[in-house]
Parts: sequence; structure tokens; C-alpha cells
Amino acid sequence: MSPLQLCLILSSLLFCVGLVGALARSNTILVLLGIELMLNAANLNFIAFWRYGPHPAAGTGVIFVLFTIAVAAAEAAVGIALVIAVHRHRKSVRLQEAASLKG
Amino acid sequence: MSLPVQHLWLIPALPLAAAAVGALTPRSGRTLAAGAAIATMAGAFLLACLALGGALDFPAAHQVLNFAWFDLGATSLRLGLLLDPLTAFMCVMVTFVSLLIFIFSTGYMKADANAKQFFCFLSLFAAAMLGLIIANSLLLLFVCWELVGLASYLLIGFWFHKPAAAAAAKKAFITTRIGDLGFLLGLLWLQDAQGTLLFYDGGHGILESAALANLTHLLPCGLAASTAIGLLIFCGAIGKSGQFPLHVWLPDAMEGPTPVSALIHAATMVAAGVFLIARVYPLMAADQLLANVPVHALTVVAFIGAITALMGALIAVAQNDIKRILAFSTVSQLGYMMLAIGVGSWVAAIFHLLTHAFFKALLFLGAGSVIHAAHHEQDIRRLGGLRPKMKVTFATFAIGMMALSGVPFLFSGFWSKEAILHAAHGWEVSSLPFYAAVLGVVLTAFYMTRLVAEVFYGAPRSDEASHAHENSPAMTVPLVILAACSILFSLLAWPSPWLQHQLDPSAHSESGDMSLVLPSIVLVALGLGAGWAYYGRRPRTKAESPDPLDRYAPGLMAALANRLGFDELYAATVGRLSSGFATLAAFLEVFVWDGAVRFLAGLGELSGLVSRENDEAGFNAGFDAGSKTLRDTGVAYSKAQTGDAHGYLRTLALGFVLLLILVILGGAR
Amino acid sequence: MILALIIIALVILGASAAAMLSRNLIHSALLLVVAWAGIAAFYLWAGAEFVAFAQALIYVGAVSMIVLFAVLLTRQGATAAPVEFDSWRRAVLGLMVAGGVMGVMFGAIMGSPLDGRIASPTPTITVKQLGLLLMGPYAPALLIVGVLLTVALLGAIVIAAVDKSEETP
Repeated sequence: MSPLQLCLILSSLLFCVGLVGALARSNTILVLLGIELMLNAANLNFIAFWRYGPHPAAGTGVIFVLFTIAVAAAEAAVGIALVIAVHRHRKSVRLQEAASLKG
Repeated sequence: MSLPVQHLWLIPALPLAAAAVGALTPRSGRTLAAGAAIATMAGAFLLACLALGGALDFPAAHQVLNFAWFDLGATSLRLGLLLDPLTAFMCVMVTFVSLLIFIFSTGYMKADANAKQFFCFLSLFAAAMLGLIIANSLLLLFVCWELVGLASYLLIGFWFHKPAAAAAAKKAFITTRIGDLGFLLGLLWLQDAQGTLLFYDGGHGILESAALANLTHLLPCGLAASTAIGLLIFCGAIGKSGQFPLHVWLPDAMEGPTPVSALIHAATMVAAGVFLIARVYPLMAADQLLANVPVHALTVVAFIGAITALMGALIAVAQNDIKRILAFSTVSQLGYMMLAIGVGSWVAAIFHLLTHAFFKALLFLGAGSVIHAAHHEQDIRRLGGLRPKMKVTFATFAIGMMALSGVPFLFSGFWSKEAILHAAHGWEVSSLPFYAAVLGVVLTAFYMTRLVAEVFYGAPRSDEASHAHENSPAMTVPLVILAACSILFSLLAWPSPWLQHQLDPSAHSESGDMSLVLPSIVLVALGLGAGWAYYGRRPRTKAESPDPLDRYAPGLMAALANRLGFDELYAATVGRLSSGFATLAAFLEVFVWDGAVRFLAGLGELSGLVSRENDEAGFNAGFDAGSKTLRDTGVAYSKAQTGDAHGYLRTLALGFVLLLILVILGGAR
Repeated sequence: MILALIIIALVILGASAAAMLSRNLIHSALLLVVAWAGIAAFYLWAGAEFVAFAQALIYVGAVSMIVLFAVLLTRQGATAAPVEFDSWRRAVLGLMVAGGVMGVMFGAIMGSPLDGRIASPTPTITVKQLGLLLMGPYAPALLIVGVLLTVALLGAIVIAAVDKSEETP
């Protein structure tokens, strides 16, 4: 198995760990953290392809990861703010209780 | 046996391990934390002694171990360790004093619930301080410098439930940060100019002559580059060592537990500024040979030191808190050290630093012993008459007081102070610092006599003082050892200046010149006599009776007791300036920007009014019908919205799986 | 080289899996810090130093702090309430779905012809190159990210701020 495949398998495993966290836990903060892990797994892929790709000098993968990190930071800030706001209204951080948008 | 420089890192690593142990033990594990702290510090002391032995074999050599920390592209940041006599002497002093103070703390903090945390912080401090001393890179030194600042912050605010302690911790942290900003700028400038921050690197380090020659060019403002960098670095030392005008934090730092005051704010950390300037002395002195510059870096250092020495001694005369008196005395003594460096004798400064560390730690621990015995009564007007009750404390405190005052021949403080006075006398730029130092000697003897007379003589003036009794051996034994050191250390200076010679082998020996000894004895006697005449002969009887000096110059004494109003001055200038800026910003916000926004909003509202009329008449009717259809569709679709976020995510993932299967199958076809 | 990668991978996966399974939210957050630090180590391994430092600063330094704050602000009582798996049905469904995702991704990776690229040396990209890229071809994206971060900051404040009228009913 080549190192690139190892990296990709690492990232997909990490993605699935995050997915399990997001799907199986009921605490909204943990769900958010699972999503953060999934984003990180995507970043691992960018770096792996940059590292083994044909044009590492272009730096595209690195630049993309920098932007992803910025977006992920914004996402974490807004997400956590939402969790706090929901908690203030419902006194709960369980995701399934925030279901007022039910049709 | 000696410790090679490759293993020097063990000295700070040991207390760091103790700090880790302290951090990981539960709150009940105070014995474990204290034991780890004391055991590792004893180990570090032994290692430091070995290192000293190794360093004294080659006093002129700077043994270094440099290594790359990390590479960032093409630049590489390198750190290093350094072993020379200066480092080795400081290591021995810091580990020894720390060891004794740790032992003292086991007695002093016996009743405190957070004692385990206390030992953790103390160990962290010791590790950072030792790292600072052995650093061969200005960057590593700066990192450790900030770490000791952090430890100092944590320990001043150790009793953070007292508002005064929390405020003092904040004040100390912020005030030293002001100086550190200068230090950081100087460091960046130096890195930019030299490409390295190593002190000694086989001819390429920043303190070696090849690099120093790069910095002799003049800047547009007329200063030499090395002067500007040196003064920026000196800013850090001003902050850390409590020099004028950033001395205001040091007296307030006495809100911390007394062992902290002894270790950090008297013996070691505040001396780090002096150590720093002594370490970068070649850089500070690089501009000495330039004749066409307006000011030399060392001249500034000397005048700052002289001002601090005199001002600290003056303010100490009028303080009433036993720890505040010692704090201002520390400020004053640090001023002496800076003065010594400024007049070109960094060796005398380090000599005084070492002797001062011992007797000032002794004085603070003695004060701690008194405070502990008198149930945290710190006001000397309410103490008194402790001499018969606390014989060991009194005897050791008196030895410390005589060492600080510079009582001749037997006490170490005399010799180091003599070296500084001698250096200041021989300075050709100006004689003002010398006279300031001479005046400071008299004042030092005076206020120390006052302190001892008020605390130990006369009658007890409060319940706390009358019920005081001697403390446990954990507290008195360190006092006795430190007192012995305060006396024995004078042997290093007598009869030949052995220590000076080890520190700087190139300096010519000036031991033969004893011309200043006689005047200086007279000065000390004057101070002691005046102090005894005012305070010792007729001891105060009641806590409320006024100070004898108040009768002669009430205005001056009030100003001094108020610490010459520096705190008020800073609150009125720096504090008011920043709140002024805030008010201005608030004004702009409320009236200018807000007004503009309101105007735009008004415009929008107006156009909204106009268009609403159009809307209601024209479009709404047709739109309502369309909306109804949309609403019905929406209701139908909204059945799919279960409100279950997990469900959405699950569906998303399943969709992804399906998509990928399709792609794989499609690719196979 | 490969050994280092495997060790890093084990640290990342172990810490993140433990974080997702832990019943104590504080432990979860701290374990995630370990996982994020492992990811930074992976970036270092791959030669992307700057990204590694950015990861360490933003995730290990900043995001973990926000998470800890959120955990502390949303605690129900004085003690740290353990977070139970309250629905086994959902947990099993989640595991199954994640297993499916893993299966197709694994198949895709193993089925792709990736073996040709093995022998390339570790590429390096200096901070200067990155800076030129960010200020040159990617300058519009950088500006947009700046705006995005500002909006996110303001949005987070607005969402989390206490409504005055709500506090005094």
C-alpha cells in the first residue's frame, strides 16, 4: 500500500469517527465537534494530495486548507453561539429537542 | 567531578518535573507535592554545584551547546545552553535560596488548603528562572523571562480571594508587560540585524566582537544602533527589576505569601533584570568607544539605577508595613546593582546581587516568621517587643539587617556595597550617581534600624504581638542557614576579590584600593546612630503615637508615605489618557456614526412609505392568489421536515453512499 | 517515515474515537485537543509547516477554548452531568450509516490507481511563497474570508447575546 493510500484511509477513518459522533450522540456540542472532525479529515486529504500530487510547488492544497481552517473556525464560533442561545431558551443541549422547525 | 554543558538542561528540568507532579496530584497530595519540590530542588542544587566546579576550571571560557529549535522555510531558529561562571554562580544561588525557601514554606503554608498548588507554582517558577539563567539565546531567555512573569503573577495572586492581591497581581503583570514590550522590540530588531539571537556561537553570536561591530552605525536620530537596541532591552530590565519609573508594581507584589516575596520579589526574579543586563553587557558597552553619540546606553542605566536607589531608600523611610519597607529596600538595592552595571562594573553588580539574594531572602523570611507568629499583623506600629519571645528570628533578622546596612567587615553586604561605591566613585562621566549612592547608604542604615527597633524593641502594642511565639524548626532552620551564609559570603570577598576574579578574569584587580572604606564606615555609623536615636532610645509606647520624624517634616513624610504619588500620577496620566480615548470613541460612536446611520435609516423609511402605497393597491391582490398555491405546496413538502437533525445528517450520508456506489459502478462499466 | 505516519494516525484516531465515545464532555474536549495536535503533527510530517502552526494555533489554541467555554456555559448543574447514549436505536443506525460510508470510501481508495506516486521527495513551501500566493492569485479569496470571519464574529455575538427584554419578564 502506498503512503498516499495510507493517508487517504486515515482521513476516511477520521471522517467516519466524526460521522459516528455526529449521528449517534445527542449532545449538540458533541455533534458540532464531530462535524469539526469531518472537516479536519477533509483537510488531511488536501494535504495528502498536495504532498504526493504532481505540482506541490503551486501550493494549492496548502492554500485550500488555510481557507478551510478559517471557515471551520467561523463555523465553530457560530455553531457554539447557536448552542448557547438554544440552551438559554430550552435549558437543554439535546439536539433532538431543538425541533421547532418540524413541518 | 563536574557537570558538562550537555547535561545542563537537567537543572531546570528537575523542578519542572516537580511542577508536573504538583499539577497532577489531587489537592490532598500536599505532602507529595512539597516533597517532590524540595527533593528536586536539592538535586538541582547538587547539579548546580557540579556545574560551578566545571565552570571554575575554565573561568574565561563560554561553554555552549547550540541546537536548532525548528526550521521555518529557509530560516532556522536556534536555541542554546551556556555555562560560564556567571551562569554557574547564579544557578547555585537560585537553587540554594529556593531550597531553603521551599523548606520554610512547608511551615509557613501549613494551614493553607491550596498548599499543593503553591508548591507547584514555586517549582514552575524555579524551573523558569533556572532556564533563564542557563539560556544561551536571547529568545530562550525571553521565553523563560515571560514564564517567570507568569509564575510571579500566579503567586502574587495566590490569595486571589483578597481583592488587593488580585489587583496587585494584575498590576505587576501589566506593568512588567510595558517593559517587556521594549524588550521584545529590541529582540526583534537584533534578530533582524544579526540573523541570530545566540549569545555565543563560535564567533558569530550577538555578544561577540564580530557581530557587535555591525551595530556601530548611527541611526537618523543620532544614536548608535547598539545603543537603541540596548536601551530597548533595558526597558525589559526596568520592568522586571522594579526600576524607576516602572517600580510601582514591586511594593504591591507583597500581597503574595511571604515566601514568594522572599524568593521571587527579593532574591531571584527581580534580580533577573540585573542578570540580563550583565549578560548582554558587551552589547550595552558596544557604544562606549563612539565619541559622537548624544548618550551611551550605560549612562542611561547608571542614572536610572541611581535615581531608583535613592528614591527607594527615601520612600522606605516612611513606610509602616514591614513587607513594604523591605520591598522598597529591594527596589533601592536593585537600583544599586543597575548603577554598578551602568558605571561599568557588572562584576560588582553580580557580587551585590548574590550577597543581596542571601540577606534579603533572610530578611523576608524573618519578616514572614514575624508575620506568621503575630497572626498576619504586618504594621510595625502595632508590633514591638518581640525580641524576648522570638530569639532565633531576632538574631537572624539582626544579622540580615546589618548585612543590608553594610556594617563593616563581618557582613557580606559591606563588601559588595563597597565594590559598587568604589566603581561609582571612579566613573568619569558624572559624579551625581556616586553622591546618590552615598546618601542611599545612610538612608538604608537608618530605615533598617527603624524597622528592627519598632518590631523587636519596646513593648508589644497589640494583642497579636503580645501573643507571638517562636516558630517551628521548618521555619527557623532556613533562617539560621541564610544568616550563616550572609556572614560566610564575605569570605569570598576578603582578603582578595576571588569572586570578582572568577566572574571576569580580564578585569584588573582593584582590591588594594581601600580609600573609601573609612568614609563609608562613618556613613553607616551615621545612619545606624540616627535610627537608634529616633526610634531605639525611646521606643514607641502606643500604636497610635506619631512617628518622631513627622514632627520635623510632616509634608515630606506624608509624600514619602504616599510613595511620592507615583501610583496617583500614573492613574491621572496613563489611566486618564486611556479613558479619555474611550470617551472620545464613545462620543464619535453615539453622535457621528449613529447620526449617519439614523439619517440613512430615515431615507429608507421614507421610500418604504411611498412604495407601500403602490404595493397594497397594485400587486397584492394578484400576489395573494399566488401565495396561497405556494403555501399549500409548502405544507405538503414540510411533511418531509421532521425537525430531527440526526435524521437529516443520516440521509445526507446515505445519499453520499448511493452517489459513490453509482460513480464506482458507472466507472466500472 | 511510514512508521511515523502510522503512529500519528493511531494517535489521531484513538484520541478522536475516545472523544466521541466519552461520557464526560470535558474529557471529550480535551481528547479532541490531542487529536487536533496529532493532525498538526501530520501536517508537519507532510512538510506543510505553516498549516501545522495554523492548525495548532486555531484548533488547539482557539477552537478548544470556545468548546470548553460552551461546555461550561451549558452545564446543567454544579456537577459535570455525564452524557448518556439515550437512544440505542439512533446509535446503531449511526454506526451502520458510518460503516456504509467507510465501505464505499475504502472501496474507492483501493480501487483507484494511486500507486504510481511514491518516490516524490517531501515538498516544501516557504512562508514567503505562501504569502505571495495569498496576496497574489488568492487575494480575492482572502478578502472574502476576512469578511466571512467578521460576519461570523458579529453573528456569534448577536446570537449568543442576552436579550434584555427577555431577562426581565
